[in-house]
Amino acid sequence: MQQPLEGSEAIARAVALCRPQVVAAYPITPQTHIVENLARLIADGELECELVSVESEFSAASVALGAAAAGSRAYTASSAQGILLMTEVLYNIAGLRIPLVMTCANRAVGAPVSAWNDHQDSMSVRDAGWIQLYCADNQEAVDTTVTAFRIAEQTELPVMVCVDGFVLTHTLEPLELPTHEQVDRFLPPYRFARALDPRNPISIGTLVSPDFYPEARHAHHQAVLRAQDAILDAEREWRALTGRSAGGLLALEGPADARVGILCLGSVFGTLADAAAQYPSAEPVKLIKLRTFRPFPFDALQQACRGMSDLIVLDRALSIGAGGILGNEVRAALSELPTAPRIYNFAVGLGGRDVAPSLYPQLLEAVKAARPARFAVFDLEPDKLAHQDR
Amino acid sequence: MRAWAVGGDFQARALLCSDPMARTGLTEIRIHGRGGQGNVVAAYLLATAAFEAGRFGQAFPSFGPERRGAPVAAFVRIADRPVRLRSQVHNPRFLIIQDEKLLHVSGITGGLLPGGGVLVNSRRSAEQLRVPGAARTVTIPATALAIEILGLPVPNTALVAAFLALTELLPLAALEKALARRFQGEMLDRNRRLVGAAAARVQAAVWQEEAERAATA
Amino acid sequence: MAEAKTPPAAADLRRRQPSFRGLDSGHFACPGCGQALAARLVTEAAGPDILVANATGCLEVFTTAWPFTAWRVPWMHSLFENAPAIASGMEAALKAQGRSTKVIAMGGDGGTFDIGFQALSGMLERNHNVLYVCHDNEAYMNTGVQRSSSTPHAATTTTSPAGMHRKGKRHLKKDLLSIIAAHHIPYAATASVAYPSDIRQKVRRGLEIEGAAFIQIHSPCPLGWGHDGALSIEVARLAVQSGLFPLIEMERGEVVAVMRLRNVRPVADYLRLQERFVHLFADDPLAHEELEHLQALADHNIETYKLRADTPGPRDSEGADTVRRGGLRWA
Repeated sequence: MQQPLEGSEAIARAVALCRPQVVAAYPITPQTHIVENLARLIADGELECELVSVESEFSAASVALGAAAAGSRAYTASSAQGILLMTEVLYNIAGLRIPLVMTCANRAVGAPVSAWNDHQDSMSVRDAGWIQLYCADNQEAVDTTVTAFRIAEQTELPVMVCVDGFVLTHTLEPLELPTHEQVDRFLPPYRFARALDPRNPISIGTLVSPDFYPEARHAHHQAVLRAQDAILDAEREWRALTGRSAGGLLALEGPADARVGILCLGSVFGTLADAAAQYPSAEPVKLIKLRTFRPFPFDALQQACRGMSDLIVLDRALSIGAGGILGNEVRAALSELPTAPRIYNFAVGLGGRDVAPSLYPQLLEAVKAARPARFAVFDLEPDKLAHQDR
Repeated sequence: MRAWAVGGDFQARALLCSDPMARTGLTEIRIHGRGGQGNVVAAYLLATAAFEAGRFGQAFPSFGPERRGAPVAAFVRIADRPVRLRSQVHNPRFLIIQDEKLLHVSGITGGLLPGGGVLVNSRRSAEQLRVPGAARTVTIPATALAIEILGLPVPNTALVAAFLALTELLPLAALEKALARRFQGEMLDRNRRLVGAAAARVQAAVWQEEAERAATA
Repeated sequence: MAEAKTPPAAADLRRRQPSFRGLDSGHFACPGCGQALAARLVTEAAGPDILVANATGCLEVFTTAWPFTAWRVPWMHSLFENAPAIASGMEAALKAQGRSTKVIAMGGDGGTFDIGFQALSGMLERNHNVLYVCHDNEAYMNTGVQRSSSTPHAATTTTSPAGMHRKGKRHLKKDLLSIIAAHHIPYAATASVAYPSDIRQKVRRGLEIEGAAFIQIHSPCPLGWGHDGALSIEVARLAVQSGLFPLIEMERGEVVAVMRLRNVRPVADYLRLQERFVHLFADDPLAHEELEHLQALADHNIETYKLRADTPGPRDSEGADTVRRGGLRWA
């Protein structure tokens, strides 16, 4: 049954349906509405849960970690500066192989200080060992949140659900919440094999010497790669249960044999999809909505790009001094193809700059000119630049 | 419900038709106000009312740190079928101005489509206001009405009601259902009365033709 | 190992103390390590029905080297600065699960006074049902004896060495207990490895209350303080008996009991045994001045906390007060 919901409220309700026992909360724009909604659900008795209002994001992640290790389903959310502050804990959680779900309401990272949406925060922690899933709209945010708990608990890996801050969190649109029955059927009660228990005492987080370290890291890496199966299983079962896709590894829109493609992560996809109808192009264009970023879906991506001559990769973040992040990973993955497409790597919408539908025909112009771009910030306004930067 | 609206299998989908009529039924509205005037709620009410009327509604604020008194804007899209684009509304068909002093801000009516309507919260008449670049202007004293009926100087309900009466974009009953999702008891009753009072202040349907015009690309 | 019978109930588990070895031998602490002794005493008194959240530091390093552990209780080490937050999360989970298992957080002085300070304050402010134990050996020992805010005034460390112009750490030992007092938690105390029964009693007191409890245990580090491991207990006792490390108990920020000193020792007796203070015994006006300064600090403690045995104290009527209060719950 559809209802009009603000993204944050929908995400909070999705989390509540998963019956977490501990939620750690620390405010940061634009994630704050999520934890506020959870607090209200708890206060109204719709969710039985310990809400711990911590004194920083570092502690938010730590409280969630402690709770999960002690045998309770736990949750927290953050953005930008908060994600960076808790980075050390994120590595710790993943390395200890603790199942957890966290929402990252994507926001630019200072300096310069920005409250607006881009992917710099989640991209900055892409190496921490978490599964990273990016949502293109609020329905996907809801469905991904619920499936994330199952994926996390099945793989014993933490899952970061990335939702564009403001653009999705603060947007109201109609969507469908799963029912309690559906979620209870899909998500069994939390059972963590290595939970701390006086009846079976273990030590978690011991010092690991060079004698054992590389093997531990290899095992973690393999676990995240294998998680692709869990992601696809969850996708299949969720679709069978609700009729909806949660997003899978990636999704395609447009003619299967299109030789030109545009690849993106997150909500900019919606604008591109409608723009493709608004600005029809003589050359058929395939849109690739990447949803799973970690584990990186090498095979699915290669399959989607086989036969493509030109691929535009849109980044919402950058690695200063090197260029696009998504662009470089895609480039590397596609270099394994016998004939890799020409890659045009552009960053758009950094720091929340509005991505208008007119971007679409402008992007295709770059392809027409066959000018592959190693990397460029596409939507710059040159008159705002100092002379040497033009 | 179209599959792609709620997520689904995009494999091998045909490109959406190139017909500009594909966007038939899309109305874009921009609402300007100041922090504390219920700007975002106005947008959410409109989008919720669209849902109650069986149509698609999308609403979001122009984002930023929250602060009383700062100029803010919110965007609404109402359509017959789901809209996926999420950019800000650059070319609104209608503007709702919650604070008339904002009319002094340059560019506030920027992008308004030719023939588009501007509804202003003001005690003054449209002729007295002289809104630049606007062919059609209507004013209502939304704050005064709100103080009288709600006991609060929040003009959003009155403005949304007047807007719907002017455009007949959605039935007022849909707005009342939207209000019922947000308010209960006394507050809901008052809001309902305010809807009636505000709608009565404007000439019904004078903007209906404009509302039915298809959005140009 | 198959679970053939039902696991023992919580009450059974608790009855198995105090001979319970929560921290067993086989770890590789330095001989005479005060912290190892303190941790053993704490877990003995606490019994097996606990979860331990341990900050980065000596204790965690010398007790767990994969694939071995010396802990016989459920134990977790996360990071340096978050033991109180991990403990808060554990406590919230246990509460949500309706279990009575208690949570003990352990950190050194670095992880408590410095890098973990924020998380500690947060945990205390939220009054989580956790006992926090600070193993205070007065420097970052695990990384090679660098100064922390707990390092006493005039002590030598690698980052506050004594030399021609400096006589060790310039700043005073942070008065953490006053800060803890300001959080008005149900119970806070200082203890010393020289008084093992006192540690056990305070641990039990801390675990019995509902709410946050804090114990700071003075634990000599033979390597960092510069004395023979065999002298650890004597050094610790002298610290207490000089007044430099007063043993006190607080409830909701008010001092309710102190360990009174029948025989107050001059600070020099304590300092003389440790190489980290050897520069104070040079024939040099600055050294004399610092020595006097330390004595003044001790005297100040004695006066503030009324440590001299000839002044009557609340513990004199402890038994009667307890009965009047209705039992052994110190809340």
